[in-house]
Amino acid sequence: MPSAIVNEYFRTNKLPQIWCPGCGHGIITRAITVAIDKLGFDRDKICVVSGIGCSSRATGYLDFDTLHTTHGRALAFATGVKLANPEMKVIVITGDGDASAIGGNHFIHACRRNIGITTIVFNNNIYGMTGGQYSPTTPKFDKGTTAPYGNIDKAFDIPTLAAAAGATYVGRSTAYHTNLLISLIENGLKNDGFSLIEAVSSCPTYYGRKNKKGSAVDMLEWQKDHAVNISAASKMTPEALEGKFLIGEFKNSPEPEYTSEYQKIIDRFIKE
Amino acid sequence: MKRKAQLMQGNEACVEGAIAAGMRFFAGYPITPSTEIAEISAEKLPCVGGKFIQMEDEIASMAAIIGASLTGLKSMTATSGPGFSLKQENLGYASISEVPCVVVNVQRGGPSTGLPTSPAQGEIMQARWGTHGDHPVIALTPSSVKETFELTIRAFNLAEKYRMPVILLMDEVIGHMRERVELPEISELEIANRKRPGVSKDAYKPYKADEDLIPPMANFGEGYRYHVTGLVHDETGFPSNSSSVADKLVRRLMDKIETHKDDIIQWEEQNTEDADIVIVSIGGVSRASDTAMKMLRAKGLKVGTFRPITVWPFPEKRLQELAERVKTFVVAEMNLGQMVLEVERIIKDKAEIKRVNKVNGEAVYPEEITAVIEEVL
Amino acid sequence: MNSNETVTEKLTINENWCKGCGICVKFCPKKVLGLEHDKVKIVDIDKCIQCGQCELRCPDYAIYVRGK
Repeated sequence: MPSAIVNEYFRTNKLPQIWCPGCGHGIITRAITVAIDKLGFDRDKICVVSGIGCSSRATGYLDFDTLHTTHGRALAFATGVKLANPEMKVIVITGDGDASAIGGNHFIHACRRNIGITTIVFNNNIYGMTGGQYSPTTPKFDKGTTAPYGNIDKAFDIPTLAAAAGATYVGRSTAYHTNLLISLIENGLKNDGFSLIEAVSSCPTYYGRKNKKGSAVDMLEWQKDHAVNISAASKMTPEALEGKFLIGEFKNSPEPEYTSEYQKIIDRFIKE
Repeated sequence: MKRKAQLMQGNEACVEGAIAAGMRFFAGYPITPSTEIAEISAEKLPCVGGKFIQMEDEIASMAAIIGASLTGLKSMTATSGPGFSLKQENLGYASISEVPCVVVNVQRGGPSTGLPTSPAQGEIMQARWGTHGDHPVIALTPSSVKETFELTIRAFNLAEKYRMPVILLMDEVIGHMRERVELPEISELEIANRKRPGVSKDAYKPYKADEDLIPPMANFGEGYRYHVTGLVHDETGFPSNSSSVADKLVRRLMDKIETHKDDIIQWEEQNTEDADIVIVSIGGVSRASDTAMKMLRAKGLKVGTFRPITVWPFPEKRLQELAERVKTFVVAEMNLGQMVLEVERIIKDKAEIKRVNKVNGEAVYPEEITAVIEEVL
Repeated sequence: MNSNETVTEKLTINENWCKGCGICVKFCPKKVLGLEHDKVKIVDIDKCIQCGQCELRCPDYAIYVRGK
């Protein structure tokens, strides 16, 4: 018998999941269900949409209406679901490649519309499903199978991108900082508009091995040692912040949500 | 009872038909010569409580209508040439995941950006084979404004009935042409809706087909909590790598249409009873074919016309019957020979086949058809 | 699926789901857990304070705190 949370929100007959030993994705997927549980949402009114890649396999394990779509397009499908039925809580699970490479255009436009979708980007800095090619979030000079001499692309900072594009709730946590991750997802789900939470994951199999990052445990330790909460960062010197990355709530500035705005147009014609 | 006669454009008739059929969601991206369909949908949908959204591109538009349809709203997108290419990815998704939706393609000159404001029929084969993998296709080809209204309704009905994307394959001639039409009262229309599950929520298997090979469809948000994927999946909707599951699924998708061909296929023929020569054409070209036939009949020549209304599935059986007697088929189309390949495949060497092809951005003129026929004689 | 469960008053372990990544072992503050044949194993259950760190970070849902 699995734990109460897993029993309640997972399709336990589909477990164990396909992810590699020590992959951060399982931690993040559970964190999403804990956040949903805390909010007490009607699970029949939740739709979880994903694209293609390791992260996107999460939908198969979650006991909601789940939509596993095409590569990069999860947000476009999710936009259809949300606008067609605004009653539903729509959650998008996507990866760094899915969200910011092939789905980059859909991503910025979903942010811009401020449509009520909470998006969780499982960022493992690599294309895992296809075997370790560099992604838009692979750090510069790191290696992938398609960057054998080091990646010369500059990496995207996904929260900064989302905030600039108009997302009204933005945060980042890591698989290691699980409780923070849960609270960010919870707050993101509370925001009526578009929320983006980057969940820094870990891929010991490809990114880790290619870049000598050690075991799954070592990679979580690295997250623990290199993440700095934004509230603490303001009191730190630039030297102390060298090589670190920020976690925490980066933006929380609600604005009118897209489907509510559309409803106002309908209400001009249809009086109940 | 008929509504008041009005002067209407093909693209406008498409939206009128869609709303009459129950369309309540449209996602699109502007592209000539289909843009009026988006514009009119944006204006009319909120008036009936429906939703319109202009997405960031055609890929997203196709994705959005699939998402919307899964919640139970009848959904449509409209595009032209380059946009139709972008739709192909998620057209395949709608096929394998069996999500009803209507995709309008108002064909223009290609390839690529081609001739944005000129008519063409270059996507007959793309409509059939544009997305990768084996999949069924229904594509309807209206040849008048009134028929655009009727076939848009039929496109929704077929999509709902067979749980699949249905393509309304228009061309610029039909999309932008204005004609006087008398639309029927909504109450007179036959409207089909998707088959609903007849079992409990726990027992529901989203891809367990009935004897008619069509699985009943629950809507997201109703508590069925099911999984939809573009991966090969079993009756439960979950992915499978089993070769037998893959074989069963893809064959069922194809058989779903194959076994219902008689319900789906439509065509129109004129003066074929005594015809030695039959002109085969669809959409805008068939209007020139009609005139060509009249011109030649006036000269005493035994000429008829054959117009597939469903270009896919093609009215194969009827064409075979005609080929038993007809000496020559003249296939006229605004491309360099696409539908003629299907005609050749069906007729083989039972009759002579002549082609009339045009890709200069102009419509086919009746004289171009009569010239080819007079050459035959 | 439940044939290989270890149930104690404080923790439940499902060995079938465990992939032996060692995350729970490493981040358990009381060193309750160990690995044996690539599966998690309880080393000293008396030390367990049921803090839930193992359950929080187990990517495979193979370990959880009882009664929570």
